[in-house]
Amino acid sequence: MAPLTLDELRKKRKEARKEIYLREGEYKSKIIVHMGTCGIAAGAREIVSAFLGEIENLTEKNVMLTASGCAGLCSMEPMATVELLNSPSVKYGNLTTDKAKRIFKEHIIGGNIVTEYAIGIGSEKGG
Amino acid sequence: MAVRRIELMLCTGTGCVAGGAFRIKETLEKEIQKQGLDKEVSVIITGCNGFCGQGPLMVVQPDNIFYGFLNEEDIPFLVQEHLLKGRPVKKLMFTPSEKKEPVPLLSEIPFFKKQMLVALRNKGIIDPEKIDDYIARDGYTALEKILSSMTPDDVIDEIIRSGLRGRGGGGFPTGTKWKICRTEQKTPKYIICNCDEGDPGAYMDRSVFESDPHTVIEGMIIGAYAIGVSHGYIYARTEYPLAIKRMQLALTQAREYGLLGENILGSGFNFDMEIREGSGAFVCGEETSLIHSIEGKGPEPRQRPPFPAQSGIWDCPTVINNVETWANVPVIINRGADWFSKIGTETSKGTKIFSLVGKINNTGLIEVPMGITLREVVYDIGGGIPDNKKFKAVQTGGPSGGCIPHSMIDVPIDYESLTKAGSMMGSGGMIVMDEDTCMVDVAKFFIQFTNDESCGKCTTCRDGSDALLEVLTNITNGNGKEEDLEFLEEAGNAIKDASMCGLGTTLPNPVLSTLKYFRDEYEAHIKERRCPALVCKNLIKYYILPEKCTGCKLCLKNCPPGAIKGELKHIHIIDQSKCTKCGTCLDVCPPKVSAIIKVSGKETENITGIEEPYPVKKKEK
Ligand SMILES: Cc1cc2nc3c(=O)[nH]c(=O)nc-3n(C[C@H](O)[C@H](O)[C@H](O)COP(=O)(O)O)c2cc1C
Ligand code: SF4
Ligand code: SF4
Ligand code: SF4
Ligand code: FES
Repeated sequence: MAPLTLDELRKKRKEARKEIYLREGEYKSKIIVHMGTCGIAAGAREIVSAFLGEIENLTEKNVMLTASGCAGLCSMEPMATVELLNSPSVKYGNLTTDKAKRIFKEHIIGGNIVTEYAIGIGSEKGG
Repeated sequence: MAVRRIELMLCTGTGCVAGGAFRIKETLEKEIQKQGLDKEVSVIITGCNGFCGQGPLMVVQPDNIFYGFLNEEDIPFLVQEHLLKGRPVKKLMFTPSEKKEPVPLLSEIPFFKKQMLVALRNKGIIDPEKIDDYIARDGYTALEKILSSMTPDDVIDEIIRSGLRGRGGGGFPTGTKWKICRTEQKTPKYIICNCDEGDPGAYMDRSVFESDPHTVIEGMIIGAYAIGVSHGYIYARTEYPLAIKRMQLALTQAREYGLLGENILGSGFNFDMEIREGSGAFVCGEETSLIHSIEGKGPEPRQRPPFPAQSGIWDCPTVINNVETWANVPVIINRGADWFSKIGTETSKGTKIFSLVGKINNTGLIEVPMGITLREVVYDIGGGIPDNKKFKAVQTGGPSGGCIPHSMIDVPIDYESLTKAGSMMGSGGMIVMDEDTCMVDVAKFFIQFTNDESCGKCTTCRDGSDALLEVLTNITNGNGKEEDLEFLEEAGNAIKDASMCGLGTTLPNPVLSTLKYFRDEYEAHIKERRCPALVCKNLIKYYILPEKCTGCKLCLKNCPPGAIKGELKHIHIIDQSKCTKCGTCLDVCPPKVSAIIKVSGKETENITGIEEPYPVKKKEK
């Protein structure tokens, strides 16, 4: 490899930052996919992959994707909860990969709740 | 690499590797594959996380959940529960002693809470074998900054104004040392990174190499630019294979990126360096001795002045700094001298890394702001003393540091306060002692070490330490004389005054400080033939309390030399003429019974063990 110039080093840094974002803990939003046995059976893992695919396309990776246990609403699985910084969390149910992608674009990126898929707002706060 | 949902930051510092970290890594990867999570989860190796007492360990990100005492058997469950189903596993979390509920988050664990990471800012966050990880965390931005906007004098001024002092023991102001070397006429000049780390039990420097080698490299390039140096050396002890391997790899990567070598980042500045491995004798860490060793001569110290900054390797001006000192440099350049000098006390700026070991609940490596008190370190970070024992003293400064007693536990940790307390900052060893520690025995232990390590050049150091050792041995054997204490003081002070290098001038510290704060213990040994902590074998006896012994034969079966007489349901007797004082019987006697005690001094007088065992019943009225 040829030695780097100052500019090339800076470019490298920008690229490298994308690789370590999970460890630095600065997020604007959080997606929690419910991964209880029922959620997994209903297809929660495909939902995780769909969200991951969307995060991959972001230049600034400030979305945290995690899993949690069963939400107790097995008939609505697969489900996910979306939390934007300083706003109430929103629960979405009966997800498909297409729905997940739309939620990502409109809610996570755009900041607008996709009301037609939402099954509850703020229900996890205060807990 | 594609994005992941979870990263497992698995510690692969020397401690955790010894505990099986690489086997755990394999198992983790296998299970992740098995659960089909390999596109979502990756395992990242890191250097020492610091909480070595809990190793092997890892932190799950972005959840920030800490898991310790990992074991291959637990991995399948962990992967399925936490990584797949999002249910963190309580039984692998950290539970503070005397608490019932675990503390899931790393950031909430008291051990980490009061720490402040400057030199270790990347520990546990980056993979030390990947230069890109370091670069992502603002690595080499300080180098960019100096090459594009600072003159060598600007850099030196910044380091001087920051108040940074050497972390290798002496505490000499780093910027001033650089300036002295820069103004010397003679060329070429050299810089050295001292990673000899001869203090037994200390591993601060090894950890920096293992967790973030590039911060040292970047610090050294900055130093080289400021001082006007084109060649540097890293001196590391051969016993640090992992640290050396990671440093070697880091140097190769830095060279590939053009951060070392000719025309660094197109600036016209040239600098490169090489690793030298040392034999690892304690005195090799002394700067003039280390320089001799690089020159291929025997590692013996020489008289200073001239100081290395004036005349070092091949009589050329040479700046030698400790690993941790170098590791602080990039941060000071990036965040500025003003920021750095706000941390710490009037005379001691920034943070210091300590290895916290001994009789303390949380052992490991910590980085704390200067000025923090010993109390905060021992009780808040260290979690106090195990088994509700009493805190007795803390030994700082390595083998030639001093012991600071409980009464001084509120002393702030800075260069001057520790020296005033009869100890020193040293390179950062911190050994906590509880009430079961005999301070005379401790002093003897450290003198034994420095006596072995003395290079023998100065009579005071060589023969003086022999004499100290002999007297201390007599005292712990019960052959001490009243005039011994005066002798220890006089000899100690003479060795301090007349020895050539730091090994000799500091070696009496453990004796002098314990004499000052624990004189009563010395006196008990000499006047009453009593060891108050019940440690010194010649002064104690093991004794079975007849009113407690149930005659279970356990001690008898386990006594190695067969010194215990007894039969079932008989009061057992220790034949003192055969007892080697190994302590096994005390360990095996059932805790509910606790029939065996240690005694010392007057109480031992009538214990001979010539009686014969007699039935237990008789005693029960
Ligand atoms: C016996 C003895 C052993 C030493 N061992 C070390 C060591 O292992 N590492 C170290 O950095 N400094 C050690 N020093 C201190 C060095 O002589 C020197 O002061 C230090 O490397 C300078 O770097 P600093 O100013 O960054 O602390 C030792 C000194 C003495 C007297
Ligand atoms: S003080 Fe001790 S170790 Fe140092 S040069 Fe003299 S004899 Fe050698
Ligand atoms: S201290 Fe050791 S040698 Fe002595 S009686 Fe107990 S077990 Fe036997
Ligand atoms: S182990 Fe304890 S109780 Fe049992 S015989 Fe020995 S002293 Fe007695
Ligand atoms: S080696 Fe793993 S925590 Fe120190």
